[in-house]
Amino acid sequence: MSFTLLTIQILNGLQLGLLLFLVAAGLTLVFGVMDFINLAHGVQYMVGAYLAAALIAYTGSFALGLVLALAGALAIGLVMEGLIFRHLYGRSHLDQVLATFGLILVLNEGVKMIWGAAPISVGVPEALQGSVSLGDGVLYPVYRFAIIAAGLAVAAGLWLVIDRTRIGMLVRAGASNAPIVSALGVDINRLFMIVFACGAMLAGFAGAMAAPILSVEPGMGDSVLILAFVVIVIGGIGSIRGAFAAALIVGLLDTLGRSYSVDLLRLFLPPAAARGVAGGLSSMFIYILMAVVLFFRPEGLLPARGRS
Amino acid sequence: MSEPLIRIEGLRKSFGALVVTDDVSLDVAPGELHALIGPNGAGKTTLIHQIAGTLQPNAGRILIGGVDLSGASPAARARAGLARTFQITSIIPTLDVLGNVALAAQARSPRALRLFGRAATDEALNAQARAAIAAVGLSARAGAPAGMLSHGEKRVLEIAMALAMEPKAILLDEPMAGVGREESARIVELLLGLKGRYAMLLVEHDMEAVFSLADRISVLVYGSVIATGTPDAIRVDPAVRAAYLGDEAA
Amino acid sequence: MSAEATSAPAAAARARSRLALSTTAPLVMLALFALLPLLAIATGQTHWLSLINRIVILGIAALSLDLILGVGGLVSFGHAAFIGLGAYTAGVMVDAGRGDLLLVVPAALLVSAVFAALTGAVSLRTKGVAFIMITLAFGQMAFFFSQALYAYGGDDGLTLPERSTVAGFPILANKVTFFYVSLGFLVAAYLLVRAVAGSRFGRALQGARDNPVRVGSFGFDVFRIRLGAYVISGMLAGLSGVLLANQAEFVSPAYMAWQRSGELIFMIIIGGLGSLWGAVLGAAAFLLLEEALSGFSEHWKLGFGVLIVLFVLFTRGGLADLARRLTGGRA
Repeated sequence: MSFTLLTIQILNGLQLGLLLFLVAAGLTLVFGVMDFINLAHGVQYMVGAYLAAALIAYTGSFALGLVLALAGALAIGLVMEGLIFRHLYGRSHLDQVLATFGLILVLNEGVKMIWGAAPISVGVPEALQGSVSLGDGVLYPVYRFAIIAAGLAVAAGLWLVIDRTRIGMLVRAGASNAPIVSALGVDINRLFMIVFACGAMLAGFAGAMAAPILSVEPGMGDSVLILAFVVIVIGGIGSIRGAFAAALIVGLLDTLGRSYSVDLLRLFLPPAAARGVAGGLSSMFIYILMAVVLFFRPEGLLPARGRS
Repeated sequence: MSEPLIRIEGLRKSFGALVVTDDVSLDVAPGELHALIGPNGAGKTTLIHQIAGTLQPNAGRILIGGVDLSGASPAARARAGLARTFQITSIIPTLDVLGNVALAAQARSPRALRLFGRAATDEALNAQARAAIAAVGLSARAGAPAGMLSHGEKRVLEIAMALAMEPKAILLDEPMAGVGREESARIVELLLGLKGRYAMLLVEHDMEAVFSLADRISVLVYGSVIATGTPDAIRVDPAVRAAYLGDEAA
Repeated sequence: MSAEATSAPAAAARARSRLALSTTAPLVMLALFALLPLLAIATGQTHWLSLINRIVILGIAALSLDLILGVGGLVSFGHAAFIGLGAYTAGVMVDAGRGDLLLVVPAALLVSAVFAALTGAVSLRTKGVAFIMITLAFGQMAFFFSQALYAYGGDDGLTLPERSTVAGFPILANKVTFFYVSLGFLVAAYLLVRAVAGSRFGRALQGARDNPVRVGSFGFDVFRIRLGAYVISGMLAGLSGVLLANQAEFVSPAYMAWQRSGELIFMIIIGGLGSLWGAVLGAAAFLLLEEALSGFSEHWKLGFGVLIVLFVLFTRGGLADLARRLTGGRA
């Protein structure tokens, strides 16, 4: 077990964590501000990836394709908000779960009809090709560094918006007490729409950024959605800080767990059995972490202020 | 005097720098109706929450029937004999009136969570429930879904649920909140009928009701009890007049 | 006062018709189910047998979910995990040559009960949206665990060499007798859930759905009531998993996929929450819809998704309520 391998795994974990944060940020705000459970948030990630794939191929430019994909994700978010979600805000969680579940089926099948069931690949942009040496002849792709940088930049931007602007103040207030914000004369529906659309765009951005390193395929949003749920539950519903911390923890635990659990289990089991068990066990780590966190802190690690 | 059924000793609660309950001690003797009054923001609601167990105090003890229940859950306090009504009506809208009250009685019965046998036709529980419903004068509505009752009827249903628990002591959290004059008089009548049978701690804004019902009154101002005494003593207490009844007396 | 006097008999009539519906509808449904195999054989459409058998089996699972979701108000999004646990218990035991139903059923009930008790003890500490997400996450945990069972096929699943015997007799090998065995389990499960829902325990569970604070203030331990219901429900779903594995003669992680949990919720909602027999009706409606749509287009899930969205946006109360409105609407 070399030090450089550990470095690579930590970088991979960070990168996964930051992608998860981009998805979880919008989701946790939608939960916190609107008390709305949106299972279809994962498909926004998928839609972002598909739009990026299609638009990068169409325009021939990664940057232009990415920007257009973001605009597209935002537009689709707004359309879904106006057509469906708006009618579900006051409804029971059960209705929200079912309707957004239906929406997942529609969108997963929709992309399958348009782009086919086979994964499509997206090239890494020219400017971000190549690798950086981490010493000992070990290379790490520049593009993955770019994802980490972009994720950190978005996280910082989001923090600035939420901590320093009026709309951010309303979002924070809404996450802890929506009726009060409403009573202050703020157009709560407009606030919902903005939060929702921005959340959709962030998820789309994560999908678009991940497109060159993952296979873009129908249903790719589902597993991300569930990981984002775990992140939100661990971090505390409605809490951006919590989502950030939990996303990094989950990203690192998942990545390191996968690469080291085989070695750990080899201490107790024959190699073949260790490989077999490790696969399943490492996928379960984050759920076990979630269970432990919940048992001791049902509100999550860093609950949104004013919520309990 | 025998052991009080509700005893509160040195209760303190603060939210940050704000002290909302400041060394409060009071007790309710068997059969006594003890009223708690005080201007808005005096900390009555917070105090009730601490007695019922929905908020934990920072310091002090709460004894129900002589048993120290500080830190116990609301359910544990209920099992120890403390029933309560809620300031904001709290009923089970999908059960009928009989079902609501029978469920309250069920909690105290020996096999409270039996898995078999129809609860709705459980005569032992229904008889207990009907008695409590009759006691509050709601018998005509026993079969109605609780969600369909008028506000005044729901307030009375709250009291029936408390009675069906066969409690030692009852917390009455503004039982007349939001009801009209006529119904208010009915509730006063009802509480007068219950007087002497239960230890009751009554929080209420309706001063006329309080002074006609209470054996003793405690006055809470800024989280502290500034006076405790009979209605007549409280009426003439200079500290109370100054702090609380001041403008009315003027 | 006069309004009360006139509405009281009407309310009583409504209550009577509701009661009549709640006893006759399940009986009619049972009779229909009992006759269907004969009809299928008489018309030579024996391939329908496996479809109606799956309806009966998933009916048990839907029924079990209706106890916690419909009666208890607990939106569990991980219920498919219990079906999977039951199915894997059956698969593994049949594979090991210990596949008699008299061994498999108690084992599956035990495994499901333990999993329900452990995951319930954590997830029931939360409420609302968090509960939905946590049950979903635990469902995924079970899903990944089954994927890691390399000795039993991993992701590809496990083909059962044979069906379970019953006390040594291979009676499940015959499609028709298997169906009637399943139907027997469904009837037993229905009677059990109905008895539990109507019991003192069930009334407290229902009360806690509407007003947990009030039920707690009576002295009930709401957490324990819910945990009890969660365990009973998980065990019944595990039972349906045993039957499902035998029916398909195959088990795979797909049984525990989170979409399966979503479909179960859909079943009990179209059936009408908390109506119990409606859950079975919902299972039938879902599987027939799936059959019809999948015969129509390979992209049937698109249409299915649209139907779900429209259903939520435009109806409330499900099929059972529709039936109630149709029959009770006259009163």
